[in-house]
Parts: sequence; structure tokens; C-alpha cells
Amino acid sequence: MTYNFNFSVIWRQFDVMLWGLGLGLLLAVISLAIGTVIGLVCGYAFRTNNKTLRGLVWGYVEFIRNEPLLLLIFFVYFGLPAIGIRFFDKYESFVITLSIYAGAYLTEVFRAGLTSVPERYVEAAKAIGLKPWQTQLYVVLPLTFRIVLPSLSNNLISLFKDTSLATAIAIPELTFTARQINANTYRVMEAWLTASLLYLATCYLIAIALRQIEKRYSVIK
Amino acid sequence: MSANPAASATSESAEPARNLLVARDVHKSFGQTEVLKGIDLTVTEGEVVALIGASGSGKTTFLRCINLLEEFEQGSITVDGDPVGYTDRGGSRRRLSEGRLAAQRARIGMVFQSFNLFPHMTAAQNVMLGLVKVKGMAKAEARSLADHWLARVGLADRADHHPYQLSGGQQQRVAIARAVAMDPRLILFDEVTSALDPELVSEVLGVMKDLAKSGMTMLVVSHEMLFVRDVATHVVFLDSGRIVEEGEPHAVFKNPKSDRLRAFLGRFTDIIGDITAR
Ligand SMILES: Nc1ncnc2c1ncn2[C@@H]1O[C@H](COP(=O)(O)OP(=O)(O)OP(=O)(O)O)[C@@H](O)[C@H]1O
Ligand SMILES: [Mg+2]
Repeated sequence: MTYNFNFSVIWRQFDVMLWGLGLGLLLAVISLAIGTVIGLVCGYAFRTNNKTLRGLVWGYVEFIRNEPLLLLIFFVYFGLPAIGIRFFDKYESFVITLSIYAGAYLTEVFRAGLTSVPERYVEAAKAIGLKPWQTQLYVVLPLTFRIVLPSLSNNLISLFKDTSLATAIAIPELTFTARQINANTYRVMEAWLTASLLYLATCYLIAIALRQIEKRYSVIK
Repeated sequence: MSANPAASATSESAEPARNLLVARDVHKSFGQTEVLKGIDLTVTEGEVVALIGASGSGKTTFLRCINLLEEFEQGSITVDGDPVGYTDRGGSRRRLSEGRLAAQRARIGMVFQSFNLFPHMTAAQNVMLGLVKVKGMAKAEARSLADHWLARVGLADRADHHPYQLSGGQQQRVAIARAVAMDPRLILFDEVTSALDPELVSEVLGVMKDLAKSGMTMLVVSHEMLFVRDVATHVVFLDSGRIVEEGEPHAVFKNPKSDRLRAFLGRFTDIIGDITAR
């Protein structure tokens, strides 16, 4: 073991890494938000009596969950333009891919969440005269979000880690910047070690912060 | 007999007791089993009618039919003159739209055995939800009305607590405030003390007694026979989906005519002694 650690090159470009980290977080949060909307809509679709609709949603969820994310990223970024769909830059393309990916997992989350809202609250809402959409908006949805909050937290952390795949289409997030430093300076260990620690610390902080939010909102005891 | 028949006739017709609930020949089945086999019941304004009967006799099902949480196949239920749940246009009986059902439910209060307070809202928010979203009341006005009713049930200092911070008895009193605040024509109570620890039962019954005194029309399913005896104006005994006996509580408890009611009451006299004794 004669590797000589030299972190000075890292410090010189630490701001670039932090920007990369921030970019990754931003991509993850946007994708989680869009994925949540997709998940909710599809979760509700699962509860309708429309077999065709349920079949379509089921197909979407199964397809996405059984494809590697990297392949989906390539498909949207390189594949779609090849057949004439070319109105995304790489950021849009990545966010679209990650949102659709997140949406599939969140469909499952919301489907389960919606069914686990106890019927007695729905009946109480009906009994005071709320219309069906009001019952959903003021009672079922707030309770569903509280029920699925831990899953949303886990999904955010997964999505944040998944943003490292954006490297493959040259989005300058954390993994990409680490690779660049690596290529320019040959400080292989320093670059990857720093990036790993940044991922670790960030995921940990997100988890702690979200745990606090969960505590604050877990009112069904 | 009055010396002046004309005067007595006018004094009677001046204040005819309004029929707030009229159920006629209500039938309800779950699959093959008929659970309600033709219920006829009239509740007039200000009456407190107690519904008693063994487990599985159909008490809950009947209340849920009135509040349109359950569909029924035959018969009619009228609340303050308005036939609820179904229209009968062109001879075919059709379920009303969800919007119409919601509007009808808003005029009928319901208190559940398991409280069913919205767990993500404070006591005051629970009471306010229907006032704001159903009645279109301004938030400030709804809040002061919520505070008023929470004070009436003895919970002025718990308005901003969440359900998990309240005891069962307190939760049930919030649930009663939530129902009463909507200013319903009548309130349905379904064994509202059955899920409570024994020492919490009386605080809830006390609130119900006050409500009854204030003239609220109530239909109460209860196993609290002393409460029924003292508060109800009329008691109805349900057995296997039929009304077997009804009348003034003291009379009914003292002289049960059917064997079924005698057997049913016997279970309570074993525990609390003679129900009709003062
Ligand atoms: N959703 C349902 N599906 C099928 N059967 C039901 C359903 N709800 C109630 N029943 C049946 O209907 C009958 C009447 O039930 P109900 O709950 O009205 O009785 P109850 O008089 O309220 O009894 P308890 O005193 O135990 O509350 C029972 O035999 C019950 O098993
Ligand atoms: Mg019952």
C-alpha cells in the first residue's frame, strides 16, 4: 500500500462537486414531485372499475419495474430523437425518465396507501355531508400522504442515488464531477472517496430530516 | 275531556308534532340474508327514541340506512318531509346521485361507536370541516361555532388537541359536537359508549342527556338501559330485523309482552337489578 493521498486537488474543485451534489438533489426532488402526481393518478386508476385502465397502469408499472434505469435513460435520450421526438435537452430528458421511473414505484405506494385509509373515516366524512371529491381531498388524501410518508422518504433517497446515472448522458452532477476530477488529475481514490462520503452524508441528512417530518405528521397512532 | 272541544282542537292543531323521521316498511338484505324485514318507525320533533335489541338484530344497519351509508331494497325513509336515498320517477326506484345524497346526509347527524374523528385534524378542525366545506361558512365564524359546541360538551380547553391526545370519552364528545354543530334535523347515535372504558361512559351520556333536554331529536342505539329508561321518550325493541315491541320505556321495561324482550331484558336485570326500580 503505497498510495499517497493528496486531497488538495479535491479542495480546489470542491465547489464544483457541491454544485453537482445540489444538481443531483434538485433532479431527484423534481422527479419525486412529478412521480408523485403520476403515482397518485395511477393509484386512483387502480381503484376504478375500468379494466382497460387498470390493465394499462399495470402494464406501465410492470414494464418500468423490470427494466434497468440506465437503459430507460438511454432510450429516452438517444432513442426517442432517433424516431423524431427531439424536444428535450438532456436535463429534461433525464427528469422525464426519472419521473416516469419514480411514478411506477409510487403507483404501488399510493395504491397501497389509498386502500389502507380506514373506511370509518370515509364514512365520517360522508356523514357530515361531504361530497365524494371533498371526502377524497380533505380526508383520504391527507391521510394517505401521512401513511406513505416513510415510503416517499425512501424513494427520495433512492432517486437521489439514481441521479448518479445521469453521468451517462453528461449531466454534471456529483458522480460526473468526480469522474472529471479523476480524469484530469488522476487522483482516483480522493475523487471517488470524496464523492462517496458526500453521497453518504447527504442521504443520511435527508433521512434524519424526513424522520422528523414523519414524526410531526404521523398522527394516526 | 275538555269542556270546550273547539278550543282543545285548536290547541292541538296549533303545534302539531312534526314527524322528523318516517320509515315505512324498510327492507334490507346482505346477499341472501334479509337483515331488516319491514321496519316502520316514526320519530317526531324533540323525541328521543331508543333502539334496543340483541347483537345482530339490525340496529346498526337500520341507522346506516337512514344516513344513506347503506342501500335498502324496499320501503321508504323520509327525513323532515324529504324522502331520502331514492327517487321514484316514472314508477322506477332509483338511487339519488352522490351529490344529492351528500346534501341529505348533511341534515342528519351521526355519531359512531368508534368516534371516527379525523386523526389529522384538531378537535376544532373536526367540527369546522363540515361547517366550512358543506355549509360554506367563513372560517372565523365556523371556529367560534366550534368553540361554542366544544365548550358545551366540556372541552373548551381541548379545541386544539388532536384525537390521539384525547381520551376516548373526550373524542366521543368531540364527535358529538361535530354532529350537533351542523344543526341537523336529527342525530343518530350508534352505541356511542360501547368502545369506552366504564369510567368514561357517564361523561358521554351526560352530554347526550343535555342534548335531549335542549330539544334535539335523537335516535339512539344503546345498551345503557338506565340511560334509555331515564332519557328516552320512546323505546323500540328490534329482534331479527323486526320491531317486536315499542312504547314508553317504563311501561315496556315493566311489562314486556314478548318472550324475546323478556329474555333480552333479563340479561340486564342480572347485572343492574330491576330496570324499572327507581
Ligand atoms: N356489511 C355487511 N355484510 C354482510 N352482513 C352484514 C354486514 N353488516 C351487517 N351484517 C349482518 O347484518 C346483521 C345485522 O347487523 P347489525 O350490525 O345491524 O346488528 P346490530 O343490531 O347493530 O348488532 P350489534 O349490537 O352487535 O351492533 C348481522 O347478522 C350482521 O352479521
Ligand atoms: Mg351495531
